[in-house]
Amino acid sequence: MSVIGKKVVRREASAKSSGAGLFTDDIKINGMLHAAVVRSPVARGRIIRLESDSARRLAGFEGLFTYKDIPGRNSVPIVIDDQPCLAENKVNYIGEPVAVVVARTRETARKAAQMVKVVCREQPPLLDPEKAKNHSRIHLFGDDNIFKHMRIRRGDVEAAFRDCDVIVENEYKTPYQEHAYIEPQAMIAVPNPDGTIDISGSMQCPFYVRKAVTTVLGLSDSTVRVIQCATGGAFGGKEDVPSLVACQAALPAWLLKKPVKIVYDRTEDMICTSKRHPAIVRYKSGATKDGILRAVEVEYIIDGGAYATLSTVVLFRGTVHSVGPYRCENIKVDSYAVATNKVPAGAFRGFGSPQVLFAVESQMDQLAERLGLDPLEFRRRNILKRNDLTATGQKLEYSVGLEETLERVVQVSGWKPGQEKENDTGYGLSTIFYGVGLGAGGKHLARTGAAVILNADGSATFSVGTTEIGQGMTTVLSQIVADQLGIPLEWVSMIPTDTSRVPDSGPTVASRSTTMSGNALLDACRKIRRQLAEEAASRLNCRPEEITIDDGFVRSKTKSLPILEVIKSCVAHRRCLAADGWHVSPPTSWDDETGQGDAYVVYSWATNLALVKVDRETGEVDVRKIWAAHDIGKAINPALAAGQIEGGALQGLGYALMEEAAVDSNGRLLNTEFSTYILPTAEDQPEIIPEIVEHPYPDGPYGAKGFGEQPLMGIAPAIANAVYDAVGVRIKDLPITPEKIWRALHDRGKSSPQESKTGKNR
Amino acid sequence: MKLTFKLNGKKTLIDAPGNMRLIDLLRERLELTGTKEGCGKGECGACTVLLDNQAVCSCLVLSAQIDGRSLITIEGAEKMKEAEALRTAFAETGAIQCGFCTPGMILSAAALLRTHRKLSAAQIKRHLAGNLCRCTGYSKIIEAVEAAAIKLKNGKRK
Repeated sequence: MSVIGKKVVRREASAKSSGAGLFTDDIKINGMLHAAVVRSPVARGRIIRLESDSARRLAGFEGLFTYKDIPGRNSVPIVIDDQPCLAENKVNYIGEPVAVVVARTRETARKAAQMVKVVCREQPPLLDPEKAKNHSRIHLFGDDNIFKHMRIRRGDVEAAFRDCDVIVENEYKTPYQEHAYIEPQAMIAVPNPDGTIDISGSMQCPFYVRKAVTTVLGLSDSTVRVIQCATGGAFGGKEDVPSLVACQAALPAWLLKKPVKIVYDRTEDMICTSKRHPAIVRYKSGATKDGILRAVEVEYIIDGGAYATLSTVVLFRGTVHSVGPYRCENIKVDSYAVATNKVPAGAFRGFGSPQVLFAVESQMDQLAERLGLDPLEFRRRNILKRNDLTATGQKLEYSVGLEETLERVVQVSGWKPGQEKENDTGYGLSTIFYGVGLGAGGKHLARTGAAVILNADGSATFSVGTTEIGQGMTTVLSQIVADQLGIPLEWVSMIPTDTSRVPDSGPTVASRSTTMSGNALLDACRKIRRQLAEEAASRLNCRPEEITIDDGFVRSKTKSLPILEVIKSCVAHRRCLAADGWHVSPPTSWDDETGQGDAYVVYSWATNLALVKVDRETGEVDVRKIWAAHDIGKAINPALAAGQIEGGALQGLGYALMEEAAVDSNGRLLNTEFSTYILPTAEDQPEIIPEIVEHPYPDGPYGAKGFGEQPLMGIAPAIANAVYDAVGVRIKDLPITPEKIWRALHDRGKSSPQESKTGKNR
Repeated sequence: MKLTFKLNGKKTLIDAPGNMRLIDLLRERLELTGTKEGCGKGECGACTVLLDNQAVCSCLVLSAQIDGRSLITIEGAEKMKEAEALRTAFAETGAIQCGFCTPGMILSAAALLRTHRKLSAAQIKRHLAGNLCRCTGYSKIIEAVEAAAIKLKNGKRK
């Protein structure tokens, strides 16, 4: 029986629950030094000098390194090459790295870094993206502070709005969201006597790290080897940031010829590492009396912070998703990623889409109400189905399971719009989608490698270029290899991801690991299967094409051999049972002027339904239940898939109700620890009902599509819509705090929810 | 100062500064790296250990405070039936994703199971509210604790 589609136990579960030293900070090396970073105290300024005399006198101080010590180029290139490794004469955000201090203990390194004074001539910072955009005097990026402007132009929006019977227009705001992975950033650099350097650490993207280290140290790709350690949560927060962290260990290690470890403390991690882009979404949408969405006009602004890092590609995804999963003929979208004097915002589960989907789904409910339709019926009339065109004009030829997710949620929950319900409870719906993989925005990186070795004893090891970050990639890929080679899952093991094992396979982002590395492994296994088939065919007197391999046996039409016997026979005949695999994504396209094209190779789809109860006295929202149905093509491991849905839903609940990293008027982050940045705890966990829908993706392994980000993306609007259904207040800026609800209820006076619901939206 | 304490059931003697954080004593001096540091402020629970069977954040305990007492870390889980049952249940229900919070979560739950065999989901949630997990959404963690509790209860009856 195939192991595909089975709820097998996570491969590394036992090691992770035993306390084995898998994580970066668990590793100790003889003679290892510790690094800490000297950071900018101001949001914008010119550096006058560093005062380091007292730090240098500390016992155990080993060195201080600035940009002047960089042997290569002072740059950490991500997409646009604008971010220095260490600031030179100016600083652009509080916490920007200025120097690296190295000492014999971590305590001394951190103390020394605190003692180094960065003397700056402070300048007024630009903190508001709307003011920063096209600022006349202060130029943080180019001459307009715009990292990127994107457009979608489709149909005739003005004419379409004239023909609409209802139009809803609103402004939405969403805050910074902190990743809050429980393991802080951590990295170790070990220079080798042969002139190479090894980097090990907590990361999503070893090939990004390699690029950063080769750039800063001026080395070749073959000189820098990057190995991923067990990574204690990432969610996008370990996509681009580890490139910077790695350089902070690699620079002193390379110059001192000693191993150097760096581990951020929690507060430093919260102040100085990327977060979800804060956003402003101005949204106008119109429909006709027949309940059809006719026109959409969107202005979407994301606050990118001081350097571009991933903002341009975050903007791409946000733009493509800005109309939601609906048919619409007339669309005008203008989106901007803007530079400000704050910590660079980066990747976070959903990558620019949760912000805009919050707006889309809030709009849909308001349009439905104005049309006198319920939110379910309005969605049924407008959601994308097979052979429809997306907002970017992409024809959806396969794997479009949105309708089934919607109907599944309705069926499983038993919910009917307008049904009798307990006082102050409400139901909220969201229907969303996710473009799988890097798409046209990251086309050049849309390829992946793999390597498989089938050993003489029947065991197999494999390497891939994507990483295990808790999502379960190791297990899913092991299932694929076991199935392909016809061996038990227990015989398969993954080698920790290592840049010396496979060619540059791009990043572990965009929910791409299962599809990309899965396909590369299929390619490698196909070559090994060919060897097994040829060997078996000669023994079973048939043609290799007639051979099938499954579940421990190699079979011809009439006879079979145990797989181990065939493997041994291959070894005896000196056949090579090792192979490399390679996968290149199907084509995508994009036109910058019109925003039209086949943006992603395939889409995943989801429907969420939230049931909430609102306390009118306090404004608190109690989320009682979330039903979440996801079309993921094929669940190779349904238990891991359910885990993604549950975990993503709770991150989405945090984004909806409590999480907000606040910055003061000097650009200083106000909540720098878990006591002030509020995360959902076990007590906030509602009942979550995960449902999996499978509309196979023809180019995916076993039909699978990526979906790890999607579970977070539609939760905030589902909760916002449920709050409105419960007490008739619509909160348009996240998070939906008790204070905002209380104020909205209070401002409305004593009018009943029914009365307020008839209020105007414009 | 000279410290004498029981570590995972074994008598242990060590000379360490009394003001050294327990987490550093464990990780740096005793090389027990299963205890993880997530915040260093007692806010995330990743460094939870059992001190005389009470779940404590080892980043908030000083070495001097463990003198004469009994300490259990994740490395000693196999010697404590509650922790061992939880380890199995965590794996089987899928309560582990990145795994960084797992040792602390298991020990925190073990302290609960030591005194309670019959548990409601609400009790489990309240007890684990001091252990942050960013991956799982807690659903499967709560399920795992329930499963371990049932297993322990049934085991006792036999």
